[in-house]
Amino acid sequence: MARITLSNLAHSYVKDPQNDKDYALRELNHEWEDGAAYALLGPSGCGKSTLLNIISGIVTPSHGRILFDETDVTFADTTDRNIAQVFQFPVVYDTMTVQQNLEFPLKNRGKDAKYIAQRVASIARSIQVEDILHKKAQGLSADQKQKISLGRGMVREDVNAILFDEPLTVIDPHMKWELRTQLKALHKELKHTMIFVTHDQTEALTFADKVVVMNVGEVVQIGTPQELFEKPAHTFVGYFIGSPGMNIIDVEITGKEATLLDAKLELNQSYSNLKGKLELGIRPEFMTLCEEGCGIKIEIIRIEDVAHHKIVRARYDNKDINIIVEEDVIITKTMNNMTFDMDKVNIYENSWLVEGEKL
Amino acid sequence: MKKTVNQKAWFLVLPVLLLVGFSAVIPLMTVVNYSIQDTFGNNEFFPVGLEWFEEILHSERIHDALGRQILFTSIIMAIEIPLGIYIALQMPKGGVWASVCLVLISLPLLIPWNVVGTIWQIFARTDIGLLGHTLATLGIDYNYSQDILSAWVTIIIMDVWHWTSLVVLLCYAGLQSIPSAYYQAAKIDQASRWNVFRYIELPKMMGVLLIAALLRFMDSFMIYTEPMVLTGGGPGNATTFLSIDLVKMAIGQFDLGPAAAFSLMYFLVILLVSWVFFTVMSNIDKQEG
Repeated sequence: MARITLSNLAHSYVKDPQNDKDYALRELNHEWEDGAAYALLGPSGCGKSTLLNIISGIVTPSHGRILFDETDVTFADTTDRNIAQVFQFPVVYDTMTVQQNLEFPLKNRGKDAKYIAQRVASIARSIQVEDILHKKAQGLSADQKQKISLGRGMVREDVNAILFDEPLTVIDPHMKWELRTQLKALHKELKHTMIFVTHDQTEALTFADKVVVMNVGEVVQIGTPQELFEKPAHTFVGYFIGSPGMNIIDVEITGKEATLLDAKLELNQSYSNLKGKLELGIRPEFMTLCEEGCGIKIEIIRIEDVAHHKIVRARYDNKDINIIVEEDVIITKTMNNMTFDMDKVNIYENSWLVEGEKL
Repeated sequence: MKKTVNQKAWFLVLPVLLLVGFSAVIPLMTVVNYSIQDTFGNNEFFPVGLEWFEEILHSERIHDALGRQILFTSIIMAIEIPLGIYIALQMPKGGVWASVCLVLISLPLLIPWNVVGTIWQIFARTDIGLLGHTLATLGIDYNYSQDILSAWVTIIIMDVWHWTSLVVLLCYAGLQSIPSAYYQAAKIDQASRWNVFRYIELPKMMGVLLIAALLRFMDSFMIYTEPMVLTGGGPGNATTFLSIDLVKMAIGQFDLGPAAAFSLMYFLVILLVSWVFFTVMSNIDKQEG
């Protein structure tokens, strides 16, 4: 197990990169703590696979260094990095039995038979494949195969990190939940550093201690699920995380007074020296719908009833607004005003979060 | 659900029956017909029962031809299958060179059999052929029209040159279908090159390899044109394989009865071996599944 340090790391697939656009991964400094569970979250093509491939050694970064503890592994081969990886599609050795699959990495490293038997037995118990140990891997279902490829990684006690590249893509929905829960339990039990790449926010938020959100080759925020929810550092995070995402409204600010299209709000913080495009972000969860005259008037488009609550789809200042309303609230025709929980309002300058002075 | 019975539906099968009848069954039946009759000319035939079959089964000449045939097929398969796999593994995985290799390797497959025979017939001649003349100049005692070993070596090299490409192409296709994640996983597990071949490449190639082996068995067991053009079955009978012998018997000696019995048994042997081969291989597949 090891702490992984990325220092001034950047990567471009172009030979001679000119500007930011040429970079698949823009300059990045980050330390992955030993034994923590991380999720790398972002839409397709945001650079998260590139980052994972740099850590696993498939890709050599064009700039910067990567360290496992104090050792520089920037140019080290995958074989020498002592990492494990679970791929998008299950990778098992078809002609071997489950047991032989689990033994394989240890045998190749020349461990003795007694140790191998004991490790395999313990891992088989952890990933719950004891009853199929003597079956050929070929005939197993996708989720069992995925468990085996995970087991092959964990069977090595000294593995530096386990990398997951969207490992639940081919798993049936009802098994996804189970596998994720097992993964979480395994992490608690074995304390491996785990990095989990996904574009599914539910997966990321339920699995990880810390989520790294990426967009167009850039890390936009690293934080706990709660931080991402309450204090998105960038409007992209606000929008990408949450269902529906954060509402973004154009705003003018002087001191602690915010001016919307046709209303003024008093903020909890005071801002000065704000330049550029200003936006106010508020999550649908922290808004309320109320009777005419109590807040800001909006145009309601439709109301959707989802399992535990209602989503009010509305328009304000030419922008879509979503408000989450408890399922027992009866929405009348005259309820066409919105109000904000002012503690939960965030202000963005050129899409990045700005903190004001507390009053 | 109740099924309707309509006997007219049999008419729908009729075109297929006719087609198969004319293309396979009727020609085969004429051979069967010859195999149980004898003639003294004038187009008068009389039945002889299974006499020809007994004669063929006990014929030393046929035994020898069968022996040569089995030896030939075993040798070329033992060379072409491993060599084909090896070449496929060494070929570039992509890019311009992959295409160049593919085109170059496919070339021998596009040449007609009798042309292949002619090419080697001239190439290996000691008076004007590049190969034969060079060997003769080097002082090596080589002459495929007089020396049995030379003839065999030439025919085997010719077949390897002509058909290894087929094995290469099939194996290459099999290799190309392996996702890169497998190789990555093998690296992570610190698998040796041999283990990568043994546990990833070979299992993934098994399907196409089975087809390659089956095709090479059938083709080589029926080989006629190339050795016929190159050596004409000689020196003596040294390279007279089953089909060459069959043609000699049927057309050279005009022994229609024995030749027909021989054809039928030849056909059944190939059918039987192919069937056993296929069944065994697909059973192995199932056990693994």
